[in-house]
Amino acid sequence: MNRAARRFKPLVYVILGVYAVVTFVPFLWALSASFKSLPEIVSGGMHLIPKHATLDNYKTIFRQEPLFTRWFLNSLIIALSVTVFNLLFNSMAGYALARIKFPGSTLMFYSILGMIMIPGQLTIIPSYLIIKELGWLNSYQAIIVPMAAQATYIFMMRQFFLNFPRELEEASQLDGLGRFGAFFRVVLPLARPALAAQTIFIFMGAWNEFLKPLMLMSDKAMFTLSIGLNTFKGQYISFWNYIMAASIIMTLPALLIYIFFNRFFVQGITFTGGK
Amino acid sequence: MSIRGGKQRLREAAAGYSFMSPAIVVLGCFLLLPILYAVFLSFHKVKLLGGISYQFNGTANFERMAHDERLWIALRNTARYALIVVPSQTMLALVLASILNMKLRFRNFFRVAYYLPTVTSSAVLVLIFMWIYNANGLLNYLLDKVGLPTYNWLGDPSVALAGIMMMNIWSTAPLFMVIYLAALQDIPQSQYEAAEIDGANGWQKFWRITVPQLKPVTFYVVVMGIIGTFQLFDQSYIFSAGSGGPNNATLTMVLLIYQYAFKNLDMGYASALAFLLAVVIMLITVVQRLIFREEKLN
Repeated sequence: MNRAARRFKPLVYVILGVYAVVTFVPFLWALSASFKSLPEIVSGGMHLIPKHATLDNYKTIFRQEPLFTRWFLNSLIIALSVTVFNLLFNSMAGYALARIKFPGSTLMFYSILGMIMIPGQLTIIPSYLIIKELGWLNSYQAIIVPMAAQATYIFMMRQFFLNFPRELEEASQLDGLGRFGAFFRVVLPLARPALAAQTIFIFMGAWNEFLKPLMLMSDKAMFTLSIGLNTFKGQYISFWNYIMAASIIMTLPALLIYIFFNRFFVQGITFTGGK
Repeated sequence: MSIRGGKQRLREAAAGYSFMSPAIVVLGCFLLLPILYAVFLSFHKVKLLGGISYQFNGTANFERMAHDERLWIALRNTARYALIVVPSQTMLALVLASILNMKLRFRNFFRVAYYLPTVTSSAVLVLIFMWIYNANGLLNYLLDKVGLPTYNWLGDPSVALAGIMMMNIWSTAPLFMVIYLAALQDIPQSQYEAAEIDGANGWQKFWRITVPQLKPVTFYVVVMGIIGTFQLFDQSYIFSAGSGGPNNATLTMVLLIYQYAFKNLDMGYASALAFLLAVVIMLITVVQRLIFREEKLN
């Protein structure tokens, strides 16, 4: 077996290398375009390294599209708020379901399991009508509040707290901390690994969300980056240098989070992956 | 003692409900209520002029589907899409995971690198691919270089969906790769060792041990892939600027629902379509769970 494996090793590395190129080329090609001038793009020179690298595209999108900064901020405000609320609410609910005995807890647990199975498409239209009735169209809360707690992660936190050492809470209760004190001062700080995985998934989900802002925000000033980018494409059609610079800006925050926290990703996927 | 016990229980219940209350409010108002509302809307004609008004019309919304030509186009696109994308991304994911499961140098680097498309927003990915697909773009340049025919990827109805398919195989396979990797690590090493004693080679071990052991995960991955194709929206919307064109080639179920609801303001019919889609997706999920009762709740 070992000899055969050794014979195949170079082939394996070739496959890995080729697929790495397939993965990277679209990103590098976009990055390269974002530093090229329009004439260089139109002339059809197909080099990855720009001949005359320039930052003009980045400067132009911030100057000529005054709303671009606003879209970036909108995305950031929404993604950060959604993340904070989810971390808090999902852990509280998950903790209650795992550790506190109260009437109706089993029913709630099974309702939450059921909600995980409901495809989001079913609720698009009624949610829109409810948010419209509330007068929340074109406001941050239109996206933040409905996304503030998510059944999948409540379930994930419940599973996490089931295996949480009981002694710690008992000790803190002897110290005179009530349920709330014990939860916020002892339990939550120790739940960091589960919270980290959740942070990444929820932040990315909110940052990349497309359909919700598309239907809830019609005022250009309230667009998020994903919707803004789409309008931008319509306005600057065939100005691929600008479109790619804007795309790179939208990708950077998610990319940085991914590079720094990628080990939590795998934990989270293998968990939510329904294994 | 019993009084203290009762008080204690009351305090616990109060704590339980207060811990649950934010989640109950959010999920109740924006998930549970919308589900009921969706069922209600499906059986009504909804008018959205100034205020909102409903008119019960029984199963008329559902009957209308049989004659809705665009619905059939969307379903045909979805079927065509699923037939190509699901097997391709599943095989690609399995191959990549099997390779990454070997003892290799830089294994972690490759795993992290491959996963990159999955964390990138679909809005950005579509724009990057449109840039690559445009008539004078990178793809046509490469095709031309190796002597293959070039296409108008964005404007030609016969290849527009293929463009979205390629992109989605590329961006979804890594997610399933990670799921496969986790499953591969759960296969007991002893099985491989036993097979080696019997003289099995790497290829035989892969087909006789790995593939059968991965059956539940493969089933899960295929089902999730199919559900994903039913839920396709962002890509077609951005590709076609919301139209589903060229010539309905990129029209999907969710895009169709979106158009009926927000372009034609026909919320009743759109809700009925969404209701049907949800039922189909849930049936698929339930069947999958029944066949492989793998969930460990406790």
